Amino acid sequence: MSELKAELKVVEGSYAVAHAVKTCHPDVIAAYPITPQTHIAENLSQFNADGELGNCEYITVESEFSALSTLIGASATGARTYASTASQGLALMHEALFNAAGMRLPIVMTVANRALSAPLSIWNDQQDSIAQRDVGWIQLYAEDPQEAADMTPQAYKISEDRDVMTPAMICFDGFILTHVYEPVALLEEELTDEFLPPFNPEHILDPKNPETFGAFADPSIYTEFRYMQELGMREALKKIDPVAEEFREIYGRYYGGLLDEYRLDDAEIVLVAMGSIIGTIKDVIDEVRRDGIKAGLLKIRSFRPFPLDAVRKALKNAGIIVTLDKNISIGKCEGALCTEIKAALYNTRLDTPVVGYMLGHGGRDVPPEIIKKIINKATRSMKDGLTIESSYADLKEEFV
Amino acid sequence: MNQRSPKTQPLFAPGHRGCAGCCNAMAVKFILRAIGSDCIVATPTGCTEVFSTPYPESAWNVPWIHSLFDNIAAVSSGIESALKALGREGETKVVTIAGDGATVDIGLQALSGAFERGHNITYICIDNEAYMNTGVQRSSGTPYAASTTTSPPGKRSIGNPLGKKNVPEIMVAHGSPYVATTSVAYPKDVMRKVKKAVETRGPTYVHIQAPCTTGWGFDTHLTVEIGKLAVKTGLWPLLEITNGEITGVHRIRKKLPVEEYLRRQRRYRHLFTTPEGEEVIRELQEIADRNAEHYELEL
Ligand SMILES: Cc1ncc(C[n+]2csc(CCOP(=O)(O)OP(=O)(O)O)c2C)c(N)n1
Ligand SMILES: [Mg+2]
Repeated sequence: MSELKAELKVVEGSYAVAHAVKTCHPDVIAAYPITPQTHIAENLSQFNADGELGNCEYITVESEFSALSTLIGASATGARTYASTASQGLALMHEALFNAAGMRLPIVMTVANRALSAPLSIWNDQQDSIAQRDVGWIQLYAEDPQEAADMTPQAYKISEDRDVMTPAMICFDGFILTHVYEPVALLEEELTDEFLPPFNPEHILDPKNPETFGAFADPSIYTEFRYMQELGMREALKKIDPVAEEFREIYGRYYGGLLDEYRLDDAEIVLVAMGSIIGTIKDVIDEVRRDGIKAGLLKIRSFRPFPLDAVRKALKNAGIIVTLDKNISIGKCEGALCTEIKAALYNTRLDTPVVGYMLGHGGRDVPPEIIKKIINKATRSMKDGLTIESSYADLKEEFV
Repeated sequence: MNQRSPKTQPLFAPGHRGCAGCCNAMAVKFILRAIGSDCIVATPTGCTEVFSTPYPESAWNVPWIHSLFDNIAAVSSGIESALKALGREGETKVVTIAGDGATVDIGLQALSGAFERGHNITYICIDNEAYMNTGVQRSSGTPYAASTTTSPPGKRSIGNPLGKKNVPEIMVAHGSPYVATTSVAYPKDVMRKVKKAVETRGPTYVHIQAPCTTGWGFDTHLTVEIGKLAVKTGLWPLLEITNGEITGVHRIRKKLPVEEYLRRQRRYRHLFTTPEGEEVIRELQEIADRNAEHYELEL
């Protein structure tokens, strides 16, 4: 989809992201080591050591909880802020995530998606960010290192918009994307400068104009504060597409806005997914289409705000919908995309079957064959009119 | 969640919701009187935050932020770093005003991190010796034998079984250039030490003992008197520690027996009504005597 005009360099995914962060001129960075995010923090440290981050303060905090907490203070003081984390680190931030969103601080953070303990796993799935669905942060999912890098200035532009003022997570799959070496067009400082205006918040901590941040709200006013966060998200929903367009104008690259489609126009079987499995799915779709199976893909880029109308529109002609989730709500045996897509179709006149598959948890590889198998099953159940409840696509029954 | 506050008001305006005789309110007033308006204050969850900022009101006429209960030293670090990065460092002091629970228990890791990194902040603990905001539960700042709602006396209990954690010493061990203990009963001492702390570069720490009328159980007009008794018995020494050396000790003219302090507070009442109480009072007297000897408190 992207028309690259810039020079490509083979770099690690984490480097591409760190480099993108550098072009956004963050004032304060706080990060803490956790695999598979660590290379982002290390690359930024090196940039800082080499004097490439200008006046930026890089705080080597004593925990992820303090990482986000320092950024809350810094952002309220008027600084553009950046953090990166994963898994346990993101979980440790949980309380502060709500707080940053509630105080309308447009912090941008990269999440190198990783499974959660126990059992301990350093490998990829998306349980960590999905578990933070309701903290009030924008959540964007990238398909490859280039998209994760390009999303960075876009995330700042969306988050810092005066009507949005909502923090954002850029989620990209740990190891699969953080550690892969790929040709990437590194962002250029002059172009990011052109694209992204300086951070200029309306309210800051400043003795010249003393303001109170983080007052407590009794039942007569709490709901309204929460609803205003919802309104901020709605503004974000309106701005994600135009910001992606503006990015295309300046950088010449485009991935879709809230969502992206692949061979969806005439698709009977529509797969819905997020993150690095998108590439694999596209390859498989090309393959099965050669056998006459009309498969297509809906790629969710913005999970929060959830693009309800756009999703409904994209799915309206589907014969069967298949969601692929790298997360599970244990006790419901369903992934978040599955739940969201089912909910999106309800209250429409559509009665399209939705089949949920969970796969690729804890770093388990998602080979094309699994996707192919899933598509074949969907083809059959579409013909038979059978409903299939959500399940694991790659479970090893013999170990259970 | 931001509100403008009128500039014509004192830095900590009256009309807040603190109890009559509230030690935290007194402490905040003294602190801001010492620092002046050119500061940014960060306060964790606790009585001070709750009684001073019921939306849409705010008692604060300095820029002020509350984030969470357990992260305030990190928030303060971030404010200081942002001022540096934005070239606004200058005269603006970054000041944390936190309760004992927020400091000595749940926020201790963040506090340690902030001091280890050497941020130019002044961290002030208003130590009312329990979690007052949630209804007087024990913290590791609660002294030995004090009754709280989670350390009640009973058949198997003489009150709080554990001693008070010495956090000022912990901050000294972090290499803080200035650490002081003081008490709301000595406003001039509070103001002098706070001023010195904010004027000293680097992470500085002031620990203010603050007798809580509600939590400790005494009449609302006695806050200062009780605070003085804690000092005069030797239970709460007023100290200054500069670059690791004791450079200031508030001397006591005539050391009083701890009983005079204990007797005035509901939280120690059980010591006077149970047979075990006598022994516990002796132990508390020993603590006071050790303080007096160690810090040479007596004139
Ligand atoms: C993570 C977390 N745990 C518990 C609480 C509940 N809580 C709010 S204030 C408070 C006690 C505050 O005690 P302290 O810091 O001593 O301040 P004080 O109210 O005594 O001035 C507690 C336990 C909370 N807000 N957040
Ligand atoms: Mg307390």
